[in-house]
Amino acid sequence: MATEAAHGTEHDAHGGLDPNENYLKAGKGVMSWLVTLDHKRIGVMYLISIILAFFLGGVMALLVRLELLSPGRTIMDAATYNRVFTLHGAIMVFLFIIPSVPGALGNFILPVMLGAKDVAFPRLNLLSFYIYVIGAIFCLFSIISGAVDTGWTFYTPYSTSTASSVVSMTLGVFILGFSSILTGLNFIVTVHKLRAPGMHWRRLPLFIWGIYATSIIQVLATPVLAITLLLLAMERVLGLGIFNPALGGDPVLFQHFFWFYSHPAVYIMIVPGMAIVSELIATFSRRAVFGYFAIAMSSLGLALLGFLVWGHHMFTSGQSEFATMVFSALTMLVAIPSGVKVFNWTATLYKGSIWLTTPMLYALSFLVLFTIGGLTGVFLGILSIDIHLHDTYFVVAHFHYVMMGGTVMAFLGGLLYWWPKITGKLYNETLAKISWGFIFVGFNAVFLIQWVLGSRGRPRRYYDYLPEFRPYHAFSTVGSWILFVGFIIYAYVLVKSLTSGEKSPRNPWGSAGFEWQSDSPPVLQNFAEVPTITRGPYDYHLATEEELYDGFPEDRKAS
Amino acid sequence: MSTASTEATHGHDAHGGHDPFLAHHFDTPAQQFDSAKFGMWVFICTEILMFGGLFVAYGIFRNQEVEIFHLAHERLDKVMGAINTIVLLFSSLTAAMAVRQAQVGDRKGTDRALIITLLCACVFLVIKFFEYKHKFHDGLLPGHFFTAHLPEHAHNGHVLPYRASMFFALYFMMTGLHGVHVLIGMGVLTYALVRNRRGGINKEYFTPVEIGALYWHLVDLVWIYLFPLLYLVG
Amino acid sequence: MNPQSSVQLPGQWSTFAGQVDWVYYFIYWVSVVLFVGIIGTALYFVWKYRRQPGVKAEPTGHNLVMEIAWTVSPLILLAFLFHWGFQGYVRMTVPPADALDIRVRARKWAWDFEYPNGGHTADRLVVPVNRPVRLVMSSEDVLHAMFIPAFRVKRDAVPGMYSTLWFQAVAPGTVHYYCAEYCGAADTASTDAQGHQTFTGHFSMNGPVEIVDNARWSAFLDEILRPPTVDGHEATAEQWGQILYTSNQCNTCHSVNGSAMTGPTWQHLFGSQVPLQDGTSVEADENYIRRSILQPAVQVHRGFNPVMPSFQGTLNDRQVDALIAYIRSLR
Ligand code: HEA
Ligand code: HEA
Ligand code: HEC
Ligand code: CUA
Ligand SMILES: [Cu+2]
Repeated sequence: MATEAAHGTEHDAHGGLDPNENYLKAGKGVMSWLVTLDHKRIGVMYLISIILAFFLGGVMALLVRLELLSPGRTIMDAATYNRVFTLHGAIMVFLFIIPSVPGALGNFILPVMLGAKDVAFPRLNLLSFYIYVIGAIFCLFSIISGAVDTGWTFYTPYSTSTASSVVSMTLGVFILGFSSILTGLNFIVTVHKLRAPGMHWRRLPLFIWGIYATSIIQVLATPVLAITLLLLAMERVLGLGIFNPALGGDPVLFQHFFWFYSHPAVYIMIVPGMAIVSELIATFSRRAVFGYFAIAMSSLGLALLGFLVWGHHMFTSGQSEFATMVFSALTMLVAIPSGVKVFNWTATLYKGSIWLTTPMLYALSFLVLFTIGGLTGVFLGILSIDIHLHDTYFVVAHFHYVMMGGTVMAFLGGLLYWWPKITGKLYNETLAKISWGFIFVGFNAVFLIQWVLGSRGRPRRYYDYLPEFRPYHAFSTVGSWILFVGFIIYAYVLVKSLTSGEKSPRNPWGSAGFEWQSDSPPVLQNFAEVPTITRGPYDYHLATEEELYDGFPEDRKAS
Repeated sequence: MSTASTEATHGHDAHGGHDPFLAHHFDTPAQQFDSAKFGMWVFICTEILMFGGLFVAYGIFRNQEVEIFHLAHERLDKVMGAINTIVLLFSSLTAAMAVRQAQVGDRKGTDRALIITLLCACVFLVIKFFEYKHKFHDGLLPGHFFTAHLPEHAHNGHVLPYRASMFFALYFMMTGLHGVHVLIGMGVLTYALVRNRRGGINKEYFTPVEIGALYWHLVDLVWIYLFPLLYLVG
Repeated sequence: MNPQSSVQLPGQWSTFAGQVDWVYYFIYWVSVVLFVGIIGTALYFVWKYRRQPGVKAEPTGHNLVMEIAWTVSPLILLAFLFHWGFQGYVRMTVPPADALDIRVRARKWAWDFEYPNGGHTADRLVVPVNRPVRLVMSSEDVLHAMFIPAFRVKRDAVPGMYSTLWFQAVAPGTVHYYCAEYCGAADTASTDAQGHQTFTGHFSMNGPVEIVDNARWSAFLDEILRPPTVDGHEATAEQWGQILYTSNQCNTCHSVNGSAMTGPTWQHLFGSQVPLQDGTSVEADENYIRRSILQPAVQVHRGFNPVMPSFQGTLNDRQVDALIAYIRSLR
């Protein structure tokens, strides 16, 4: 807050620019970006940063796969391998997936959808971006200063005793946490206070419901991670002893603290993904989402339940039998809200008019892969089964199916869907479809085989393995190359569109979504004059196919 | 946070509100004020959960080693702690007064109230400084630096068991983090003070004072729990 | 008659396995049905209602019954899943009173198994068949976890507390144990005679579990106290020492070919002058070697970290003598 205040009252949020100028053109030069208070530009800066993070994490992943191609040493030694998979996990989670949808797409789309001119606290918004950058720098610094070999979970007492540079990584994540908190806070207030006239809660697009639920988790769970990592860093610096049995501390306490954040965090990762999918499915089936209210509430349900199941990561850790029982029972419950979503999406397709664009393909991929990932989550929630599967590749497969197969697929789809909105350019559908093919096939090639690997008892975080597992690992590694090709094409599609993509119409998808009722790309203040909302976000029945493209009759009446 | 939304003074307006404090993206000052206040409340939730983690840790370890914690807590200076509690409580009162004065547009009064609040904050920190100094001297430090189990640090005859370092680990983490929050609070209040002196605070617009006070109450609240827990119960 | 492993799961070598597996296969088939049902329907819709010129999507209606149905019906299924899982878990947590205790100590990066008669093994776990066995586990440094897939059991070894795990093997044979909780790796690799590197770490804390019938079991118990037999007759002290060198994992830190690893090499060690950390030096005679094995931290070889664990209580006198004899033979 204090830093916030320090800025003083020098200049206007628009720096005296024409608010009805296209946000990309309003303000020239690098500086106009670096000090911008425009949520759209901040969103774009997030987008670039997280894509870089994703690339970095991806390269680490490819190295991991390459090393596992054959037993024994393939390209790196054991100590290096431990660092590589740790960095892969930490970068993917803390630098990429958590800020991905809220930071990049949320920042850009949410205020436009609400019919607001900006988020509630533009300066705070910029601040949290820079906090993200600083945190990222800390994390990357740990890479050059010997990297971290604790696993992304930083379990004590290993993390307090290892020689690798844990402190800079934990401080980095600590800082990133605040970026996440402030973004969440900003969104919560924005949704409460900055809705356009007529935008009452029951007209809130499901994307916003999702981001809103996510923000609540971010605000309530992240501080606990912050304090945990602070304690861990202090443990290393001062030897507090809180996690050190020799001083009467308790190593398992760390796990409780860590998962108290990190389980809710998995919903910070998936709920925005679900939010995107709801939008995509509605737009491309030309149909209001079935069970709008149920989906909206299930997001809040996940946010709530998410806080009650952290113990399911600790079934073998030596927590009390009673706790174990309760956590297992509660874990079963989280299947319900997710199920509600899956069922409602399916029902939405019924009697729609389904247009298989690339974004829609990603939405369907999400449906397929998340269902697999989620169902296997239930395997892991069942006590006697988890005892066998814990810390095996089954778990690795599970969370890649939900994170990569779920969130990342949704993100890739959402990015293409809103690409014309963000850049004002169209992209090449055919190439995009091809890249989707590679990514979908490649992904399953990498991870489908890992279920078997895991249920057969192949532990995770293993540098070396018994020869019997070799074929499986080789297969998985080849898959990662297919995946890589897919992403290269995907990246090429985006770059091509930027350099030579043709100009996009205002509403290329003919979506009824409010964000598409403004120009693409939007003007600096999003709407020439504040829109008045007179309909629901998915009222496709109120317009003919043509009207969808050139403006809703409803909306014309309104303005 | 308030400021984030309020600094955009001569903001452009699509819809003729001419309030100089109204940010371009708000419609009415009321909306802007509510946003700022609501935002601070949300932030306070965050803060509470952050301290929550430490309180939980304290609870757990206290249950495990009641006797040792009791021994250790007797080394804290109840008097100084009590004084600090009173100081903070009083400062919370003056903070509330500052808001009241701002609402009725009494600039002098606001100014006075804020200054007293800030002075109290300083007194608090000074006292805390001396407490810490004393602890350092007695080797009552966390982890590696804990030496109160050595004979030279015997306190009227007997020394503390080494495991007592856990108590002081928690003591320093909790009071330390609280101390940082006192500093942040002072920052926000100082900002409000400056704004007030520059004539930026009036009947219609007193968000910075309101927000600063709100945050200050949190700082106070946390201490209200820390004091009995660490100094009295042990 | 050895239990065969299926595509998805290892063979059922313990009394738990059956119970765990049927729950596994139950949820597996439930998931298959749900998946095929849901995704099948979705894809069918995608094809059936693909967009066609002039055909407009139907307005979405409400269907409270359906909403409630698919919110509540999973609950019932989930309740059963939880119940069965919990049943199985309870069985795994309460060992029978007559269980045979084996003391398990974990450290980076080796396990030490101590049997009721005080004998030890470090390179393998040997258990009797058809008899409940309880592992009483502790860790000397960081978290480790004993994982025996064929038995469907897993439990963390946590420093500062004991954790237990029990099982009853149903057939003689050999299965595998792993360390399942990440515990790091050594920075340096050891290079063997043929010059290819072997690494130690989390991934190398695994080995065979030998399930033996009662006759072999009692034979094994006194074997671990007596010198082993090498081709026919009882091993000489040197041979025994050489066996202990690998079976007690000395080889993870000590080479016998002159190359320095985590610890000093044993080649030409015996009788040499060992430079100590305190600047003095000492002749490596029987006493020094013995002390180094039993209290390694007392006299530390200069240039090495005192990371060697003490083998006090792990190696009995005759074994220490055997090792000394072996080290002497490397002079
Ligand atoms: C996006 C992230 C994400 C998401 C959404 C989930 C979702 C779920 N996860 Fe996952 N999980 C992780 C990320 C995620 N997880 C990560 C990263 C780890 C490993 C951390 C580490 O150790 O490194 C992990 C580990 C993990 C474990 C610990 C495993 C172990 O280490 O032993 C468990 C155990 O219960 C678990 C359970 C679940 C459950 C029950 C869900 C549920 O939310 C799933 C709900 C969804 C469905 C069930 C499918 C759709 C529903 C239907 C089709 C309705 C009908 C279904 C039924 C009636 C069953 N997860
Ligand atoms: C968001 C989370 C996320 C994502 C997306 C991924 C993606 C991948 N992960 Fe991930 N992984 C984790 C999170 C994630 N992982 C975590 C948390 C762990 C646990 C770590 C631990 O145990 O501590 C883990 C562990 C883990 C392991 C287990 C290591 C071990 O236990 O020994 C393996 C092994 O196969 C693996 C492989 C992969 C692969 C092949 C991908 C591939 O999908 C990667 C594909 C991506 C690329 C190839 C990059 C290409 C990008 C570009 C070309 C840029 C252009 C892109 C755009 C324009 C959008 N990961
Ligand atoms: C974790 C690594 C490790 C293992 C396992 C280990 N040692 Fe050591 N050992 C060391 C280190 C390091 C030193 C040198 C520092 C010291 O003297 O303590 C050492 C020193 C010694 C010495 C003294 C040699 C000298 O030059 O000072 C002897 C003898 C010895 N070890 C025997 C053994 C035996 C016998 C075993 C197995 C039963 C064993 N060690 C297992 C690490 C290990
Ligand atoms: Cu020991 Cu992993
Ligand atoms: Cu979880």
